[in-house]
Amino acid sequence: MNSEDLNRTYLRFAHQFLESYDNPSRLAIIGMQTRGVFVGKRILESIQKEFGADIDFGILDVTFYRDDFRSKLKMPDVKVTEIPFDLYDRDVVLVDDVLYTGRTVRSAMDALMSYGRPRKIQFCCMVDRGHRELPIAPDFTGMYVPTHSKEEVRVKVKELDGEDAVYLVDVGEEEDE
Amino acid sequence: MNKPPDNYAFNQKHLLGLSDYSREDILYVLEQAKSFREILDRPIPKVPTLRDKTIVNLFYENSTRTRLSFELAQKRMGADVVNFSASTSSTKKGESLKDTIQNISSMKIDMVVVRHRSPGVPHFLTQCVDAAILNAGDGAHEHPTQALLDMFTMQQFHSDLRGKKVAIIGDISHSRVVRSNIIGLTKLGAEVVLCGPKTLIPVQVKALGVDVSYNLEETLAWCDVAMALRIQLERQDEGTELFPTLREYHEKFGIKLDHLDKYPDFKIMHPGPINRGVEMESEVADSERAVILDQVTNGVAVRMAVLYLLSGGNRVS
Repeated sequence: MNSEDLNRTYLRFAHQFLESYDNPSRLAIIGMQTRGVFVGKRILESIQKEFGADIDFGILDVTFYRDDFRSKLKMPDVKVTEIPFDLYDRDVVLVDDVLYTGRTVRSAMDALMSYGRPRKIQFCCMVDRGHRELPIAPDFTGMYVPTHSKEEVRVKVKELDGEDAVYLVDVGEEEDE
Repeated sequence: MNKPPDNYAFNQKHLLGLSDYSREDILYVLEQAKSFREILDRPIPKVPTLRDKTIVNLFYENSTRTRLSFELAQKRMGADVVNFSASTSSTKKGESLKDTIQNISSMKIDMVVVRHRSPGVPHFLTQCVDAAILNAGDGAHEHPTQALLDMFTMQQFHSDLRGKKVAIIGDISHSRVVRSNIIGLTKLGAEVVLCGPKTLIPVQVKALGVDVSYNLEETLAWCDVAMALRIQLERQDEGTELFPTLREYHEKFGIKLDHLDKYPDFKIMHPGPINRGVEMESEVADSERAVILDQVTNGVAVRMAVLYLLSGGNRVS
């Protein structure tokens, strides 16, 4: 996927997010560190451009809630969490780049609960690559890509990687397709 | 450079003192502590990160702040905590330190926070047990988490400490806080001046790369941060006191309201507990220039960061 394809998807998300609201002030978007933050911001920009609506935006780091951090050799870096509004009674859309096992989303739901009690949590991902290990399904999906576990989906964002794009990479082989 | 380089990896197993930590290690801990500081502001300030860990707080010496702060940090991260204080334990029955720690360790402890009046006890414990050891103050040697929280607090108003001027005022001789701070601050590139009566400043201290002043006015005019230390009367013997009276000490080395007007730039810190009217006038401690209570809050965050980093990934052999 190149940046044009992605822009179309962002626009679709913008419409889907607002579809069921007369007044979207209840809605809040939370991007998950690291690349989910940028995907979330793109959607936010699309909503602003398309509807002129200002939606609350937050950033979530789920390191503290992960169930797998101790199986790694090194303790993972903790990144910033920034939710500058009250979550009580809000409709939250969590945004991440890739949905894989579902474990990160589980941690994110735990994390959100410690900020308050949202009315509803939905989940949006750019790429769903399958291989779920938990009973979790996305509410909004950019594209579904059936993958081998040997493959990796890499979502690139301009701020970190110099381009907006999505690649399917064979692990061991570099940047194919 | 205010952050560790990209290829940096934190590789410490214990926190015995800042002398074992590199500049990058210190910057990394402080950087991570920012994320933990944020947790404390959440409606539910608790994360499950250490719920698989058991920690013992081994306090052979009295403490309010440090002990509560450690315990709170541990509980905020969901660890199981057991507390030990020498006065109510088998130490009174003559059990040795090594036996005590090995017994506690047999109960499957992952981390030990220790305070002891003898310098070197944390080092000694690393040889007795497998757990991660955190020094919460050993004699007049080091008190690394206090220095880390002091530097964290300074970073909140001076994001880069290089070239910043820090004055440490008061009882230098008996202070472990000052040793850790000198080591840490000089590694981060700050300039440190020690100030106090001659009897409270050891002569060899310049070897640590700091300057000494016996003039409070000069020091306050120079510094960006003034850290007052508590006069530790319990460590001075009767008959050989190191200064005539507390009132005279306050007269010469106490920070007063006039100083705040005269030198409008410096911030005031104190590791606590404060003797109001000795190290500083009561109004000074309550003024807007004092960040003493911020230090206490930050202490919990810094200790959370240290506990997190030392709780370790899966150490595959």
